[in-house]
Amino acid sequence: MKITKLIFPLVLALAATLATTGCRSHKPGPITKLPGQNAPQIGESTAPTLPPGNPYDQGTGVKTGGGETANIDETGYIRGTELVAYTIHFAYDRSDIRSTEKPNLARVAQALSSDPTTKLVVEGNCDERGTEEYNRSLGERRALAAREALAKLGVDPMRIITRSFGKDKPAAPGHDESAWSQNRRDDFVLLHPKAGS
Amino acid sequence: MKKSCLNVLKVCLLVFLLTAVTARSQNEITIEHQITMGMTPPTPVSLEGFSGEALSVLQFDLYVQGYSFVTPDAAQYIISGSNAGNVQGRVTDRFSKSSLLARSYTGASLRREAHAFADDIVLAIRHGKGIALTKIAFKDEAPNGDGEIYVADFDGRNPTNVTRDNAIVAAPAWVPGRLALYYTSYKLGNPDIFYHDLTTGQRRAIARYSGLNSSAAVSPDGTRVAMILSKGGSPNVYVCNADGSGLKKLTTTSEDSSPCWSPDGQWICFATKINARRLLAKVSAGGGEAQPVRTIGVSNPTEPDWSPDGKWIAFTSQMGEFDVCVVPAGGGSATILVRGEDPSWSPNSRTLIYARRTVSYQYVLSLLDAPTKQFKDVARVSGSDSQPAWAR
Repeated sequence: MKITKLIFPLVLALAATLATTGCRSHKPGPITKLPGQNAPQIGESTAPTLPPGNPYDQGTGVKTGGGETANIDETGYIRGTELVAYTIHFAYDRSDIRSTEKPNLARVAQALSSDPTTKLVVEGNCDERGTEEYNRSLGERRALAAREALAKLGVDPMRIITRSFGKDKPAAPGHDESAWSQNRRDDFVLLHPKAGS
Repeated sequence: MKKSCLNVLKVCLLVFLLTAVTARSQNEITIEHQITMGMTPPTPVSLEGFSGEALSVLQFDLYVQGYSFVTPDAAQYIISGSNAGNVQGRVTDRFSKSSLLARSYTGASLRREAHAFADDIVLAIRHGKGIALTKIAFKDEAPNGDGEIYVADFDGRNPTNVTRDNAIVAAPAWVPGRLALYYTSYKLGNPDIFYHDLTTGQRRAIARYSGLNSSAAVSPDGTRVAMILSKGGSPNVYVCNADGSGLKKLTTTSEDSSPCWSPDGQWICFATKINARRLLAKVSAGGGEAQPVRTIGVSNPTEPDWSPDGKWIAFTSQMGEFDVCVVPAGGGSATILVRGEDPSWSPNSRTLIYARRTVSYQYVLSLLDAPTKQFKDVARVSGSDSQPAWAR
Protein backbone atom coordinates (compact mmCIF):
# COMPACT_ATOMS: atom_id res chain seq x y z
CA MET A 1 0.00 0.00 0.00
CA LYS A 2 2.66 2.43 1.04
CA ILE A 3 4.80 1.51 -1.94
CA THR A 4 1.90 2.07 -4.33
CA LYS A 5 1.33 5.53 -2.85
CA LEU A 6 4.96 6.38 -3.39
CA ILE A 7 5.16 5.01 -6.89
CA PHE A 8 1.88 6.41 -8.18
CA PRO A 9 2.95 10.07 -8.28
CA LEU A 10 6.15 8.98 -9.98
CA VAL A 11 4.24 7.21 -12.73
CA LEU A 12 1.90 10.19 -13.05
CA ALA A 13 4.85 12.52 -13.38
CA LEU A 14 6.39 10.30 -16.00
CA ALA A 15 3.14 10.08 -17.92
CA ALA A 16 2.77 13.84 -17.74
CA THR A 17 6.29 14.32 -19.08
CA LEU A 18 5.67 11.92 -21.94
CA ALA A 19 2.33 13.58 -22.72
CA THR A 20 3.84 17.06 -22.89
CA THR A 21 6.72 15.90 -25.03
CA GLY A 22 4.27 14.08 -27.25
CA CYS A 23 2.06 17.14 -27.57
CA ARG A 24 4.99 19.34 -28.48
CA SER A 25 6.07 17.01 -31.21
CA HIS A 26 2.72 17.36 -32.96
CA LYS A 27 1.80 21.03 -32.64
CA PRO A 28 4.37 23.66 -33.72
CA GLY A 29 4.31 26.32 -31.04
CA PRO A 30 4.30 30.05 -31.81
CA ILE A 31 7.56 31.94 -31.89
CA THR A 32 8.62 32.58 -28.35
CA LYS A 33 10.22 35.94 -27.84
CA LEU A 34 12.64 35.76 -25.00
CA PRO A 35 13.63 39.34 -24.30
CA GLY A 36 15.47 40.63 -21.27
CA GLN A 37 16.99 38.14 -18.93
CA ASN A 38 15.80 35.15 -20.92
CA ALA A 39 17.60 36.26 -24.07
CA PRO A 40 20.96 34.63 -24.68
CA GLN A 41 23.65 36.65 -22.97
CA ILE A 42 25.62 37.27 -26.12
CA GLY A 43 28.06 39.67 -24.52
CA GLU A 44 28.95 37.08 -21.90
CA SER A 45 29.85 34.38 -24.38
CA THR A 46 32.59 32.06 -23.25
CA ALA A 47 34.35 32.68 -26.55
CA PRO A 48 37.45 34.76 -25.86
CA THR A 49 37.34 38.39 -26.89
CA LEU A 50 40.32 40.73 -26.99
CA PRO A 51 40.17 43.89 -24.90
CA PRO A 52 39.80 47.12 -26.91
CA GLY A 53 43.01 48.48 -28.35
CA ASN A 54 46.16 46.49 -28.42
CA PRO A 55 47.71 46.12 -24.99
CA TYR A 56 51.13 45.33 -26.24
CA ASP A 57 54.53 46.01 -24.80
CA GLN A 58 56.32 46.44 -28.17
CA GLY A 59 58.86 43.86 -27.16
CA THR A 60 60.34 45.78 -24.26
CA GLY A 61 60.85 43.81 -21.11
CA VAL A 62 61.17 40.55 -23.03
CA LYS A 63 63.18 38.23 -20.91
CA THR A 64 64.27 34.65 -21.02
CA GLY A 65 62.10 32.28 -19.07
CA GLY A 66 63.34 29.53 -16.82
CA GLY A 67 65.48 26.67 -17.98
CA GLU A 68 68.89 26.73 -19.51
CA THR A 69 70.40 29.77 -21.19
CA ALA A 70 71.44 29.74 -24.81
CA ASN A 71 74.68 27.86 -25.17
CA ILE A 72 76.24 30.17 -27.74
CA ASP A 73 76.47 33.80 -26.72
CA GLU A 74 75.70 36.37 -29.41
CA THR A 75 75.63 39.39 -27.13
CA GLY A 76 78.54 41.71 -27.82
CA TYR A 77 78.48 40.90 -31.54
CA ILE A 78 76.96 42.71 -34.50
CA ARG A 79 75.97 41.45 -37.93
CA GLY A 80 78.90 42.05 -40.29
CA THR A 81 80.00 40.80 -43.69
CA GLU A 82 77.52 38.69 -45.62
CA LEU A 83 79.54 36.05 -47.44
CA VAL A 84 77.15 36.13 -50.41
CA ALA A 85 79.60 34.50 -52.80
CA TYR A 86 79.91 31.43 -50.53
CA THR A 87 76.22 30.49 -50.32
CA ILE A 88 75.71 26.74 -50.67
CA HIS A 89 72.69 25.01 -52.23
CA PHE A 90 70.80 21.79 -51.56
CA ALA A 91 68.80 19.17 -53.42
CA TYR A 92 65.01 19.08 -52.97
CA ASP A 93 64.01 18.02 -49.44
CA ARG A 94 67.65 17.16 -48.59
CA SER A 95 70.01 18.52 -45.97
CA ASP A 96 73.18 16.63 -46.90
CA ILE A 97 75.97 18.73 -48.39
CA ARG A 98 76.76 17.90 -52.00
CA SER A 99 80.42 17.62 -53.04
CA THR A 100 79.94 20.59 -55.40
CA GLU A 101 79.30 22.81 -52.37
CA LYS A 102 82.41 21.82 -50.42
CA PRO A 103 84.77 24.42 -51.96
CA ASN A 104 82.47 27.19 -50.70
CA LEU A 105 82.47 25.68 -47.21
CA ALA A 106 86.27 25.65 -47.29
CA ARG A 107 86.19 29.38 -48.17
CA VAL A 108 83.88 30.05 -45.21
CA ALA A 109 86.25 28.12 -42.92
CA GLN A 110 89.13 30.20 -44.31
CA ALA A 111 87.27 33.45 -43.59
CA LEU A 112 86.71 32.35 -40.01
CA SER A 113 90.29 31.28 -39.42
CA SER A 114 91.67 34.51 -40.89
CA ASP A 115 89.83 36.51 -38.21
CA PRO A 116 89.53 34.59 -34.92
CA THR A 117 87.50 37.44 -33.32
CA THR A 118 84.51 36.67 -35.56
CA LYS A 119 81.59 34.31 -35.18
CA LEU A 120 79.37 32.94 -37.92
CA VAL A 121 75.64 32.71 -38.49
CA VAL A 122 74.52 29.97 -40.88
CA GLU A 123 71.06 30.81 -42.23
CA GLY A 124 69.18 27.76 -43.52
CA ASN A 125 66.44 28.29 -46.15
CA CYS A 126 63.98 26.20 -48.15
CA ASP A 127 61.95 26.44 -51.31
CA GLU A 128 58.22 27.03 -50.92
CA ARG A 129 57.13 23.47 -51.56
CA GLY A 130 57.12 22.01 -48.04
CA THR A 131 54.69 22.78 -45.24
CA GLU A 132 55.71 25.73 -43.07
CA GLU A 133 56.95 24.14 -39.86
CA TYR A 134 58.41 21.16 -41.75
CA ASN A 135 60.46 23.69 -43.71
CA ARG A 136 61.50 25.49 -40.54
CA SER A 137 62.95 22.18 -39.32
CA LEU A 138 64.45 21.42 -42.75
CA GLY A 139 66.14 24.84 -42.90
CA GLU A 140 67.59 24.22 -39.46
CA ARG A 141 68.89 20.82 -40.55
CA ARG A 142 70.59 22.46 -43.54
CA ALA A 143 72.26 25.01 -41.25
CA LEU A 144 73.29 22.28 -38.80
CA ALA A 145 74.79 20.23 -41.67
CA ALA A 146 77.02 23.18 -42.62
CA ARG A 147 77.97 23.68 -38.98
CA GLU A 148 79.02 20.05 -38.71
CA ALA A 149 81.00 20.23 -41.97
CA LEU A 150 82.76 23.40 -40.84
CA ALA A 151 83.65 21.72 -37.53
CA LYS A 152 85.25 18.92 -39.52
CA LEU A 153 87.31 21.57 -41.30
CA GLY A 154 88.64 22.65 -37.92
CA VAL A 155 86.30 25.53 -37.02
CA ASP A 156 85.30 25.64 -33.33
CA PRO A 157 81.54 24.84 -33.48
CA MET A 158 80.94 27.21 -30.57
CA ARG A 159 81.67 30.03 -33.05
CA ILE A 160 78.83 28.92 -35.32
CA ILE A 161 75.17 29.90 -34.78
CA THR A 162 72.48 28.18 -36.84
CA ARG A 163 69.25 29.95 -37.83
CA SER A 164 66.40 28.65 -39.95
CA PHE A 165 64.10 30.91 -41.95
CA GLY A 166 62.13 28.02 -43.40
CA LYS A 167 60.56 29.33 -46.61
CA ASP A 168 60.06 32.87 -45.28
CA LYS A 169 63.16 34.42 -46.95
CA PRO A 170 63.41 33.22 -50.54
CA ALA A 171 66.40 34.55 -52.54
CA ALA A 172 64.52 34.29 -55.84
CA PRO A 173 60.84 35.28 -56.10
CA GLY A 174 59.70 32.81 -58.79
CA HIS A 175 57.60 29.66 -58.48
CA ASP A 176 59.58 27.26 -60.65
CA GLU A 177 62.63 25.01 -60.30
CA SER A 178 65.08 27.77 -61.30
CA ALA A 179 63.84 29.87 -58.35
CA TRP A 180 63.44 26.90 -56.01
CA SER A 181 67.00 25.68 -56.63
CA GLN A 182 68.33 29.12 -55.59
CA ASN A 183 66.13 29.16 -52.48
CA ARG A 184 67.26 25.79 -51.06
CA ARG A 185 70.40 27.28 -49.49
CA ASP A 186 72.62 28.19 -46.56
CA ASP A 187 73.68 31.84 -46.37
CA PHE A 188 76.74 32.71 -44.26
CA VAL A 189 77.02 35.95 -42.26
CA LEU A 190 80.01 36.95 -40.12
CA LEU A 191 79.45 38.46 -36.69
CA HIS A 192 81.98 41.04 -35.55
CA PRO A 193 82.66 42.07 -31.96
CA LYS A 194 80.97 45.37 -31.09
CA ALA A 195 83.42 48.27 -30.90
CA GLY A 196 84.62 48.71 -27.33
CA SER A 197 83.53 45.29 -26.14
CA MET B 1 -2.41 -5.67 -3.52
CA LYS B 2 1.15 -6.83 -3.56
CA LYS B 3 0.75 -8.05 -7.14
CA SER B 4 -0.56 -4.73 -8.49
CA CYS B 5 2.25 -3.02 -6.70
CA LEU B 6 4.72 -5.27 -8.46
CA ASN B 7 3.02 -4.58 -11.80
CA VAL B 8 3.37 -0.85 -11.28
CA LEU B 9 7.02 -1.40 -10.52
CA LYS B 10 7.40 -3.46 -13.69
CA VAL B 11 5.78 -0.74 -15.82
CA CYS B 12 8.05 1.84 -14.25
CA LEU B 13 11.11 -0.26 -14.98
CA LEU B 14 9.99 -0.86 -18.54
CA VAL B 15 9.44 2.86 -19.13
CA PHE B 16 12.85 3.66 -17.73
CA LEU B 17 14.53 0.92 -19.76
CA LEU B 18 12.79 2.02 -22.94
CA THR B 19 13.83 5.61 -22.38
CA ALA B 20 17.40 4.50 -21.73
CA VAL B 21 17.50 2.28 -24.82
CA THR B 22 16.03 4.98 -27.05
CA ALA B 23 18.51 7.53 -25.76
CA ARG B 24 21.33 5.08 -26.30
CA SER B 25 20.43 4.16 -29.84
CA GLN B 26 20.05 7.85 -30.73
CA ASN B 27 23.56 8.43 -29.42
CA GLU B 28 24.89 5.58 -31.48
CA ILE B 29 23.30 6.94 -34.62
CA THR B 30 24.95 10.29 -33.99
CA ILE B 31 28.33 8.62 -33.52
CA GLU B 32 27.79 6.52 -36.64
CA HIS B 33 27.30 9.73 -38.63
CA GLN B 34 30.47 11.24 -37.28
CA ILE B 35 32.86 8.41 -38.11
CA THR B 36 32.14 8.39 -41.82
CA MET B 37 34.64 11.20 -42.35
CA GLY B 38 34.33 12.70 -45.78
CA MET B 39 31.33 10.53 -46.74
CA THR B 40 28.42 11.86 -44.69
CA PRO B 41 25.70 13.59 -46.73
CA PRO B 42 24.90 17.13 -45.57
CA THR B 43 21.75 17.78 -43.53
CA PRO B 44 19.19 19.48 -45.83
CA VAL B 45 17.59 22.58 -44.34
CA SER B 46 15.55 25.44 -45.72
CA LEU B 47 16.25 29.02 -44.69
CA GLU B 48 13.43 31.57 -44.97
CA GLY B 49 12.77 35.11 -43.90
CA PHE B 50 16.35 36.32 -43.43
CA SER B 51 18.19 38.86 -45.55
CA GLY B 52 21.47 40.72 -45.88
CA GLU B 53 24.16 40.14 -43.29
CA ALA B 54 22.04 37.89 -41.05
CA LEU B 55 21.30 35.61 -44.02
CA SER B 56 24.93 35.44 -45.15
CA VAL B 57 26.10 34.70 -41.59
CA LEU B 58 23.55 31.89 -41.20
CA GLN B 59 24.39 30.44 -44.61
CA PHE B 60 28.13 30.53 -43.91
CA ASP B 61 27.89 29.16 -40.35
CA LEU B 62 25.58 26.29 -41.33
CA TYR B 63 27.40 25.39 -44.57
CA VAL B 64 30.75 24.86 -42.81
CA GLN B 65 28.99 22.68 -40.23
CA GLY B 66 27.53 20.25 -42.75
CA TYR B 67 24.13 21.71 -43.71
CA SER B 68 22.91 22.16 -47.27
CA PHE B 69 20.19 24.57 -48.42
CA VAL B 70 17.10 23.27 -50.18
CA THR B 71 13.46 24.27 -50.69
CA PRO B 72 11.12 23.74 -47.70
CA ASP B 73 9.47 20.68 -49.29
CA ALA B 74 12.86 18.95 -49.57
CA ALA B 75 14.20 20.04 -46.18
CA GLN B 76 14.61 17.87 -43.11
CA TYR B 77 14.54 20.97 -40.93
CA ILE B 78 12.78 24.23 -41.71
CA ILE B 79 14.59 27.30 -40.40
CA SER B 80 12.58 30.50 -40.54
CA GLY B 81 12.56 33.88 -38.91
CA SER B 82 13.52 37.48 -39.54
CA ASN B 83 16.22 40.03 -38.93
CA ALA B 84 14.00 43.11 -38.72
CA GLY B 85 15.63 45.05 -35.89
CA ASN B 86 16.98 41.93 -34.24
CA VAL B 87 17.44 38.28 -35.15
CA GLN B 88 14.63 35.91 -34.32
CA GLY B 89 14.17 32.46 -35.63
CA ARG B 90 12.68 29.02 -35.26
CA VAL B 91 13.54 25.50 -36.30
CA THR B 92 10.90 22.89 -37.16
CA ASP B 93 11.45 19.23 -37.92
CA ARG B 94 9.50 18.79 -41.17
CA PHE B 95 8.84 15.08 -40.59
CA SER B 96 7.75 15.03 -36.95
CA LYS B 97 6.34 18.60 -37.24
CA SER B 98 7.87 19.34 -33.87
CA SER B 99 9.22 22.77 -33.08
CA LEU B 100 12.83 22.39 -31.98
CA LEU B 101 13.68 26.01 -31.34
CA ALA B 102 11.98 29.40 -31.23
CA ARG B 103 14.00 32.29 -29.91
CA SER B 104 14.83 35.93 -30.44
CA TYR B 105 18.22 37.55 -29.89
CA THR B 106 18.96 41.01 -28.60
CA GLY B 107 21.80 43.02 -27.17
CA ALA B 108 24.49 42.57 -29.82
CA SER B 109 25.32 43.31 -33.45
CA LEU B 110 23.13 41.61 -36.04
CA ARG B 111 26.15 39.55 -36.98
CA ARG B 112 26.67 38.25 -33.46
CA GLU B 113 22.96 37.61 -32.98
CA ALA B 114 22.94 35.54 -36.19
CA HIS B 115 25.99 33.59 -34.95
CA ALA B 116 24.19 32.90 -31.65
CA PHE B 117 21.12 31.67 -33.56
CA ALA B 118 23.36 29.41 -35.71
CA ASP B 119 24.80 27.86 -32.54
CA ASP B 120 21.27 27.24 -31.21
CA ILE B 121 20.24 25.63 -34.51
CA VAL B 122 23.17 23.21 -34.28
CA LEU B 123 22.34 22.51 -30.64
CA ALA B 124 18.66 21.89 -31.44
CA ILE B 125 19.33 19.58 -34.41
CA ARG B 126 22.50 17.77 -33.38
CA HIS B 127 22.37 18.17 -29.59
CA GLY B 128 25.96 19.35 -29.78
CA LYS B 129 27.90 22.58 -29.55
CA GLY B 130 28.31 24.79 -32.60
CA ILE B 131 31.34 26.85 -33.58
CA ALA B 132 29.78 30.20 -34.49
CA LEU B 133 31.10 32.11 -31.46
CA THR B 134 34.60 30.61 -31.37
CA LYS B 135 37.93 32.29 -32.10
CA ILE B 136 40.99 31.50 -34.17
CA ALA B 137 44.60 32.70 -34.20
CA PHE B 138 46.81 32.73 -37.29
CA LYS B 139 49.75 34.45 -38.94
CA ASP B 140 49.39 37.07 -41.65
CA GLU B 141 52.50 37.36 -43.79
CA ALA B 142 53.55 40.33 -45.92
CA PRO B 143 55.34 39.82 -49.27
CA ASN B 144 58.75 40.49 -47.61
CA GLY B 145 58.28 37.51 -45.27
CA ASP B 146 57.55 39.55 -42.14
CA GLY B 147 54.23 38.90 -40.50
CA GLU B 148 52.01 39.45 -37.49
CA ILE B 149 49.96 37.16 -35.27
CA TYR B 150 46.21 37.84 -35.43
CA VAL B 151 43.17 36.72 -33.48
CA ALA B 152 39.76 36.74 -35.22
CA ASP B 153 36.27 35.24 -35.13
CA PHE B 154 36.24 31.71 -36.55
CA ASP B 155 35.03 33.10 -39.90
CA GLY B 156 37.98 35.50 -40.14
CA ARG B 157 35.90 38.57 -39.24
CA ASN B 158 36.94 41.09 -36.59
CA PRO B 159 40.68 40.41 -36.94
CA THR B 160 42.81 41.97 -34.22
CA ASN B 161 46.60 42.36 -34.17
CA VAL B 162 48.30 40.44 -31.40
CA THR B 163 51.78 41.53 -32.53
CA ARG B 164 53.05 44.70 -34.24
CA ASP B 165 56.66 43.66 -34.61
CA ASN B 166 57.46 43.69 -38.36
CA ALA B 167 59.26 40.40 -37.83
CA ILE B 168 58.89 36.85 -39.06
CA VAL B 169 56.31 35.05 -36.91
CA ALA B 170 55.09 31.47 -36.85
CA ALA B 171 52.92 28.81 -35.29
CA PRO B 172 50.51 30.48 -32.83
CA ALA B 173 49.07 28.09 -30.22
CA TRP B 174 46.27 28.82 -27.74
CA VAL B 175 46.41 28.05 -24.06
CA PRO B 176 43.22 25.94 -23.68
CA GLY B 177 40.36 27.91 -22.13
CA ARG B 178 42.43 31.08 -21.69
CA LEU B 179 43.10 34.31 -23.54
CA ALA B 180 46.76 33.55 -24.04
CA LEU B 181 48.98 32.39 -26.89
CA TYR B 182 52.40 30.91 -27.44
CA TYR B 183 54.04 31.70 -30.78
CA THR B 184 57.39 31.94 -32.55
CA SER B 185 58.83 35.36 -33.32
CA TYR B 186 62.14 36.44 -34.89
CA LYS B 187 61.74 39.86 -33.23
CA LEU B 188 65.01 39.42 -31.29
CA GLY B 189 66.84 37.96 -34.29
CA ASN B 190 66.44 34.26 -33.64
CA PRO B 191 63.28 32.17 -33.86
CA ASP B 192 62.27 32.22 -30.18
CA ILE B 193 59.07 31.07 -28.46
CA PHE B 194 57.05 33.66 -26.57
CA TYR B 195 54.15 33.44 -24.18
CA HIS B 196 51.68 36.29 -24.69
CA ASP B 197 48.85 37.07 -22.26
CA LEU B 198 46.17 38.74 -24.41
CA THR B 199 44.35 40.33 -21.48
CA THR B 200 47.38 42.17 -20.09
CA GLY B 201 49.57 42.36 -23.20
CA GLN B 202 52.46 40.96 -21.18
CA ARG B 203 54.77 38.62 -23.03
CA ARG B 204 57.77 36.63 -22.08
CA ALA B 205 60.28 34.45 -23.93
CA ILE B 206 60.02 30.86 -22.75
CA ALA B 207 62.51 29.31 -25.16
CA ARG B 208 65.52 31.23 -26.51
CA TYR B 209 68.08 28.54 -27.06
CA SER B 210 70.68 28.40 -29.82
CA GLY B 211 69.17 27.40 -33.13
CA LEU B 212 65.51 26.65 -33.71
CA ASN B 213 62.79 27.33 -31.11
CA SER B 214 59.41 26.80 -32.76
CA SER B 215 56.09 24.94 -33.04
CA ALA B 216 54.84 25.43 -29.48
CA ALA B 217 51.86 23.23 -28.50
CA VAL B 218 50.16 23.64 -25.13
CA SER B 219 49.02 20.62 -23.10
CA PRO B 220 45.23 20.33 -22.57
CA ASP B 221 45.60 21.39 -18.91
CA GLY B 222 47.78 24.35 -19.89
CA THR B 223 50.67 23.39 -17.60
CA ARG B 224 53.17 22.13 -20.19
CA VAL B 225 54.43 23.15 -23.62
CA ALA B 226 55.80 20.84 -26.31
CA MET B 227 58.02 22.37 -28.99
CA ILE B 228 60.80 21.83 -31.49
CA LEU B 229 64.33 22.85 -30.39
CA SER B 230 67.59 22.16 -32.20
CA LYS B 231 70.00 22.98 -29.38
CA GLY B 232 70.90 19.31 -29.06
CA GLY B 233 72.24 19.20 -32.62
CA SER B 234 69.05 18.23 -34.50
CA PRO B 235 65.43 19.41 -34.46
CA ASN B 236 63.73 17.34 -31.75
CA VAL B 237 60.60 17.42 -29.59
CA TYR B 238 61.11 18.92 -26.14
CA VAL B 239 58.63 19.59 -23.35
CA CYS B 240 58.79 22.21 -20.59
CA ASN B 241 56.55 23.81 -17.98
CA ALA B 242 54.24 26.68 -19.01
CA ASP B 243 56.89 29.24 -17.91
CA GLY B 244 59.75 27.55 -19.79
CA SER B 245 61.26 25.81 -16.75
CA GLY B 246 61.85 22.08 -16.42
CA LEU B 247 62.94 21.51 -20.01
CA LYS B 248 63.14 17.87 -21.11
CA LYS B 249 64.16 16.33 -24.44
CA LEU B 250 61.55 13.77 -25.54
CA THR B 251 62.79 12.36 -28.84
CA THR B 252 66.00 11.11 -30.43
CA THR B 253 64.44 10.61 -33.86
CA SER B 254 65.65 12.72 -36.77
CA GLU B 255 63.81 15.40 -38.71
CA ASP B 256 61.07 16.10 -36.13
CA SER B 257 58.47 18.85 -36.59
CA SER B 258 54.99 20.03 -35.46
CA PRO B 259 54.16 18.37 -32.11
CA CYS B 260 50.55 18.23 -30.83
CA TRP B 261 48.95 16.79 -27.66
CA SER B 262 46.40 14.05 -27.19
CA PRO B 263 43.38 15.48 -25.31
CA ASP B 264 44.16 13.32 -22.25
CA GLY B 265 47.64 14.87 -22.09
CA GLN B 266 49.31 11.46 -22.25
CA TRP B 267 50.78 11.57 -25.76
CA ILE B 268 52.54 13.94 -28.09
CA CYS B 269 52.12 13.26 -31.80
CA PHE B 270 54.64 14.74 -34.25
CA ALA B 271 56.02 14.39 -37.79
CA THR B 272 59.37 12.64 -38.12
CA LYS B 273 61.50 10.26 -40.15
CA ILE B 274 62.14 6.68 -39.03
CA ASN B 275 64.10 4.18 -41.16
CA ALA B 276 64.27 6.71 -44.02
CA ARG B 277 60.46 7.07 -44.12
CA ARG B 278 58.56 10.22 -43.25
CA LEU B 279 55.69 9.38 -40.91
CA LEU B 280 53.66 10.47 -37.91
CA ALA B 281 54.77 9.14 -34.54
CA LYS B 282 53.69 9.53 -30.95
CA VAL B 283 55.74 9.60 -27.77
CA SER B 284 54.57 9.51 -24.17
CA ALA B 285 54.56 13.04 -22.72
CA GLY B 286 56.71 11.63 -19.91
CA GLY B 287 59.28 10.26 -22.34
CA GLY B 288 59.99 6.92 -23.93
CA GLU B 289 60.21 5.26 -27.31
CA ALA B 290 58.48 6.93 -30.27
CA GLN B 291 55.80 4.74 -31.86
CA PRO B 292 54.64 5.12 -35.48
CA VAL B 293 51.06 6.27 -36.12
CA ARG B 294 50.17 4.57 -39.40
CA THR B 295 48.60 6.68 -42.15
CA ILE B 296 47.78 3.98 -44.69
CA GLY B 297 47.15 5.23 -48.22
CA VAL B 298 48.99 8.56 -48.04
CA SER B 299 52.65 9.57 -47.74
CA ASN B 300 54.85 12.32 -46.30
CA PRO B 301 52.53 13.26 -43.41
CA THR B 302 53.27 16.45 -41.45
CA GLU B 303 51.40 18.91 -39.18
CA PRO B 304 49.27 16.53 -37.05
CA ASP B 305 46.44 17.89 -34.87
CA TRP B 306 44.65 15.54 -32.43
CA SER B 307 40.86 16.10 -32.22
CA PRO B 308 39.58 17.30 -28.82
CA ASP B 309 37.34 14.20 -28.57
CA GLY B 310 40.43 12.03 -28.91
CA LYS B 311 39.21 10.03 -31.91
CA TRP B 312 41.06 11.53 -34.87
CA ILE B 313 44.34 12.99 -35.98
CA ALA B 314 44.12 15.50 -38.83
CA PHE B 315 47.34 16.14 -40.75
CA THR B 316 48.84 17.25 -44.08
CA SER B 317 50.04 14.72 -46.63
CA GLN B 318 52.31 15.63 -49.52
CA MET B 319 52.01 13.59 -52.67
CA GLY B 320 52.82 16.16 -55.32
CA GLU B 321 50.18 18.47 -53.88
CA PHE B 322 49.22 19.01 -50.24
CA ASP B 323 46.07 17.43 -48.85
CA VAL B 324 44.32 17.72 -45.50
CA CYS B 325 43.70 14.18 -44.22
CA VAL B 326 42.31 12.42 -41.15
CA VAL B 327 43.25 9.10 -39.60
CA PRO B 328 41.87 7.34 -36.50
CA ALA B 329 44.03 8.43 -33.55
CA GLY B 330 45.38 4.91 -33.14
CA GLY B 331 46.53 4.89 -36.77
CA GLY B 332 45.00 3.11 -39.76
CA SER B 333 43.53 4.05 -43.12
CA ALA B 334 43.83 7.75 -43.88
CA THR B 335 41.03 9.70 -45.57
CA ILE B 336 41.94 12.57 -47.89
CA LEU B 337 39.49 15.42 -47.27
CA VAL B 338 40.56 18.48 -49.24
CA ARG B 339 43.54 20.15 -50.94
CA GLY B 340 45.29 22.21 -48.25
CA GLU B 341 47.67 22.23 -45.28
CA ASP B 342 48.06 22.63 -41.54
CA PRO B 343 44.59 21.65 -40.21
CA SER B 344 43.37 22.65 -36.74
CA TRP B 345 40.26 21.10 -35.14
CA SER B 346 37.26 23.04 -33.91
CA PRO B 347 36.42 22.58 -30.20
CA ASN B 348 33.59 20.18 -31.17
CA SER B 349 35.92 17.94 -33.26
CA ARG B 350 33.89 18.32 -36.45
CA THR B 351 35.10 21.32 -38.50
CA LEU B 352 38.74 21.93 -39.47
CA ILE B 353 40.39 25.23 -40.31
CA TYR B 354 43.32 24.92 -42.70
CA ALA B 355 45.51 26.92 -45.09
CA ARG B 356 44.91 26.71 -48.84
CA ARG B 357 47.43 27.85 -51.47
CA THR B 358 46.05 30.24 -54.08
CA VAL B 359 47.13 30.44 -57.71
CA SER B 360 49.27 33.45 -56.75
CA TYR B 361 51.17 31.33 -54.20
CA GLN B 362 49.64 32.95 -51.16
CA TYR B 363 47.74 31.23 -48.38
CA VAL B 364 44.09 31.77 -47.49
CA LEU B 365 42.35 30.16 -44.54
CA SER B 366 39.44 27.89 -45.23
CA LEU B 367 36.93 25.96 -43.09
CA LEU B 368 36.15 22.32 -43.80
CA ASP B 369 33.28 20.27 -42.40
CA ALA B 370 35.16 16.96 -42.12
CA PRO B 371 32.17 14.56 -42.36
CA THR B 372 30.64 16.20 -45.47
CA LYS B 373 33.80 17.74 -47.01
CA GLN B 374 31.97 21.06 -47.47
CA PHE B 375 34.49 23.91 -47.35
CA LYS B 376 34.54 27.70 -47.64
CA ASP B 377 37.24 30.38 -47.34
CA VAL B 378 37.19 32.73 -44.35
CA ALA B 379 37.68 36.50 -44.61
CA ARG B 380 41.28 37.54 -45.31
CA VAL B 381 43.38 40.11 -43.49
CA SER B 382 45.69 41.48 -46.18
CA GLY B 383 48.64 39.29 -46.97
CA SER B 384 49.06 35.56 -46.87
CA ASP B 385 47.13 33.99 -43.96
CA SER B 386 48.31 30.63 -42.63
CA GLN B 387 49.05 28.45 -39.59
CA PRO B 388 45.55 28.66 -38.09
CA ALA B 389 44.94 27.59 -34.50
CA TRP B 390 41.39 27.16 -33.22
CA ALA B 391 40.78 28.35 -29.64
CA ARG B 392 39.46 25.45 -27.59
